[in-house]
Amino acid sequence: MQLTPEKMVEPDRVHRLAYTSQEVFDLEISNIFEKVWVYCGHESQVKNTGDYATLQIGRQPMVMVRGKDAQVRVLYNRCPHRGVQLCGGLKGNTGNNFVCSYHAWSFHLDGKLESMPLQKGYDGTRLTRDNPDCHMKAAPRVASYRGFVFASLAAGGPSLLEFLGESKVAFDDMCDRAPEGEVEVVPVCHRVVQHSNWKFFMENQLDSLHPSVTHQSTGVAAGRIEKQIAANGGKAPLYYHYLSTFASSFEQWDGVQTINFPRGHGVLKAYMGLRPQDPETKAYEKLMVKAYGREKTEEYLSRSIHHVLVYPYLSVQSPLQQLRVLRPLAPNKTLSEIWHFRLKGAPEAIYRRSLWYYNLVNSPATMINADDLENWTKGQWGLESTGLNWVSFHREFGRDTIDNGVTYSNKGTSEGVMRSQFKAWVEYLAEAK
Amino acid sequence: MASKKTTAKKNAGKSTRRPSGNTGTPVKKAAARPLLKKALAGSLVIRAGASARKTGAQSIAPDHSPRAAPGALTAPRALKAVATSGDLQDRIEQFLFRQSELLDNKLWQDYIDLFADDGVYWMPALPEQTEWEGSASIFAEDKLLMSVRMGRVTHPNAWSQAPMWATNHVVGNVVIESETGKEVVVRSRFHMMELRRDNMRHFGGTYRHTLVKHGGGFRIKLQRVDLFNGQAPFDYVLQVWV
Repeated sequence: MQLTPEKMVEPDRVHRLAYTSQEVFDLEISNIFEKVWVYCGHESQVKNTGDYATLQIGRQPMVMVRGKDAQVRVLYNRCPHRGVQLCGGLKGNTGNNFVCSYHAWSFHLDGKLESMPLQKGYDGTRLTRDNPDCHMKAAPRVASYRGFVFASLAAGGPSLLEFLGESKVAFDDMCDRAPEGEVEVVPVCHRVVQHSNWKFFMENQLDSLHPSVTHQSTGVAAGRIEKQIAANGGKAPLYYHYLSTFASSFEQWDGVQTINFPRGHGVLKAYMGLRPQDPETKAYEKLMVKAYGREKTEEYLSRSIHHVLVYPYLSVQSPLQQLRVLRPLAPNKTLSEIWHFRLKGAPEAIYRRSLWYYNLVNSPATMINADDLENWTKGQWGLESTGLNWVSFHREFGRDTIDNGVTYSNKGTSEGVMRSQFKAWVEYLAEAK
Repeated sequence: MASKKTTAKKNAGKSTRRPSGNTGTPVKKAAARPLLKKALAGSLVIRAGASARKTGAQSIAPDHSPRAAPGALTAPRALKAVATSGDLQDRIEQFLFRQSELLDNKLWQDYIDLFADDGVYWMPALPEQTEWEGSASIFAEDKLLMSVRMGRVTHPNAWSQAPMWATNHVVGNVVIESETGKEVVVRSRFHMMELRRDNMRHFGGTYRHTLVKHGGGFRIKLQRVDLFNGQAPFDYVLQVWV
């Protein structure tokens, strides 16, 4: 490699190869994505025995499955015999076992070998039942937090909670907003391919300078209709506000603080305006008070969160119960999976309020991300150019407040976000050696 | 040079001698020949169900069968159709053709005007969804939201509109599902090609228009669009109605 990752990252700038080099990408896959705790899915995606969902962790095809003992496991989706994937769909139910479509080896839902045809054919060979090569391989570590399932392909390393650190607030914030304390997945996953390095998305999520530039067209168009509705004596639904906010002034966005945790995680603050005093919200808040008491309800509903990043692959918009998870495919290609959830015990109206955001901002007909994706594609091309080598992260450099390993931006538009993410990136890649 | 030539000659000589069964062949290989001959001479016919005992794949109990994704095994929805006059069929088809031409010509306001005041454009995420409100969708827009979308794509700073971008729709298989004094429900198929920057994409699926009679023509009360590839990964996103 021309430059090591350590050399690519300086405190205030980063070499373009961090985004474009195949060698760097391969290192990231083996030393970050195939080691850290990766989000697999929500327990409610696999409600019944035999329910499965397939996914990719780094380069590994995996399957999340509900066992007969009700436990959710994450296994390599590969027959130990000749490698054929055991689950062919994105999701489904595999019955009481997995059966390979090639030679009928079958496996219990925990991955243990059930039978192979004409088993005598293995007599006297070293492929005996006590050989681990007989069984489906399990992810070395699987854990869940408040219903969200994660797996790590490394046998050692920090626990899930240590890995999440403060970013676990993403799941607390989402679940605490449910009167029953948990959420349930809506079984729709939109998948959108980004023609850019995964880091573009992660940086963009806490980049407060871009919204009023990139999303000006949609913000302005929504603001105009919002005003038109008001002029006709009506009150525009909250979802106009979701869209028009994007075109707020630079100064307003500069006032939105980011909090940047170790390991690259972070929070973009900002109250989402989700407590209008309409009858539906009041009814919901009443249910919350009944479930948690007044003090806790206030704590839960007034958290200042726009969204939470779990570095290096997850963006959780907890107040609106949605998340986007990245599966990097190549230096210039990233698959994003977009999910949303229902708050258990909350009225339908509260779900519908968040659904508007899913439909307008996060769907494959998004009026917002259309322009983000365009930026990232063009950004990737720009960084593939040798015209200039460095990417600038100088904004507000040296002016963030660092306390106990946490970086608080004093200006919302500080590029402390990217500096913090790259600090973690170098640490991950350095640890690998 | 000279030595190479010699080698080549040697080899050539060897290979010509081989078919005559020269003694140069190792003993082991010679012995293998009758075995191979014997092995190939055997005749065995495998018949399905010939064995009384079920083994291998057949031994797997049928409780393992539901491997398909949920919903995949359900019967296809009944496809409705009514006999109508050629005149109605013709007027409906002309309406659908005009709608697709407005899209391809980027005449957004004229396109929106085809919708009734309470009209809705809906592209569900899944075919089994039935209500436009409250469903996770790809598009779920009333006329005002359609105006927002038009406002966005016509804004000078709609950055994603800068590259070459055009669509080409073909609409066909027009079947009238029902007709009452006020409404016509019509189903059709579409194919849309989209050029964006230097790439082409294809989208296809079903339109289901609920049309209300309006003056001598029609207005759209609900246009439901089921993309047949709506749950496949989107390479980039959709900017305008399909």
